[in-house]
Amino acid sequence: MAVKKTYVVLSSKGGVGKSTLSSLLAFYAAERGARAGLVDLDFTNPSTHIVLGVDPREVRYVEEKGIFPALVGKLRYVTPAAFTRDSPLPLRGENVSRALFELISILRLDGLDYLFIDTPPGMSDEHMDIVYRLGEVVKPVVVTTPSPLSVSSVRKMISLLRESGLREIFLVENMGGGGLADVFKEPGITYLGYVPFYPGFDNCIGSLENVRRCPLRSFFESIVDKLVSEG
Amino acid sequence: MVHEWSLAEALLRYVASVYGPRIKTLKLRVGVLQSIDKEVLLFSIRELAGLYNVSLGDVVLEDEEAVFKCNRCGYEWSFNPGDLGEEVRESIHFLPEAVFAYTRCPRCGSRDFKVVKGRGLEVAEVVPG
Repeated sequence: MAVKKTYVVLSSKGGVGKSTLSSLLAFYAAERGARAGLVDLDFTNPSTHIVLGVDPREVRYVEEKGIFPALVGKLRYVTPAAFTRDSPLPLRGENVSRALFELISILRLDGLDYLFIDTPPGMSDEHMDIVYRLGEVVKPVVVTTPSPLSVSSVRKMISLLRESGLREIFLVENMGGGGLADVFKEPGITYLGYVPFYPGFDNCIGSLENVRRCPLRSFFESIVDKLVSEG
Repeated sequence: MVHEWSLAEALLRYVASVYGPRIKTLKLRVGVLQSIDKEVLLFSIRELAGLYNVSLGDVVLEDEEAVFKCNRCGYEWSFNPGDLGEEVRESIHFLPEAVFAYTRCPRCGSRDFKVVKGRGLEVAEVVPG
């Protein structure tokens, strides 16, 4: 993969907004002129297509010595839902790993400035494959809400990432107010910013127009700016 | 379907790194699950051998049937991708695990099964020289 920077969006806690964050960071980066891509590696429950308002049955990849991502606006986009036509895909762990390496080995991501990878919650097959086997080329972006449950959970994940040799960890506070900047003020962790809780957030997703007009857009763009300048 | 080029590229890199640049015979088992086009694969292998300066003699491609086994009831069955539509076949071609979205155990209906054989490309024999 000849990509300048690859960010893997992670959280050990479910429901903190990983898919929303990875989708919107990638989409806004592309809208602002970067060659940005988004690959959804949540094989059993992909949801980035719902954020972007993409019908996976309509996604067509261009084939030439592998497959090129589909274009969604200016974003290069790959979702496993396109291969399953959005049907349920129950996979045991070994099959998750096989699917992951099969997909990333046939993707043509040449020339991308930024690649964002969405992952399922937890610290399981996808994460272990990415961290232990692709750790040298990916930069982890950990997502948490201010909830003590989430903070406690991601602390364990951060500890595991460090043990694995990943020294540069980025952190995003979702549905918060900036209070975690001090909580995670530690060497090796770069706090990228926060996205506030917004009761009307469902209107920010579901179509490209919704995404473009999202009132929280500046928060996401600020995170993109900090990420690409520091990471 | 031009996934074959990527397969050939990975295969040649592996074979050349393990066995060196002179190969007398290369025998491959091609799992039928992914509906790999053997003619395109063979063409890609020959083309890439030239590009990578690998001297390649005979290349033998053999089909390996796809066999699944149910994790719930233990039933084992042979799977024929030809029974599926072109779009589904193509999805499985690129992402073999997509088969779990389209197939169930014919006996108990479970989607919890394993692919016993017939997935991917296997190097069956290499004769250097």
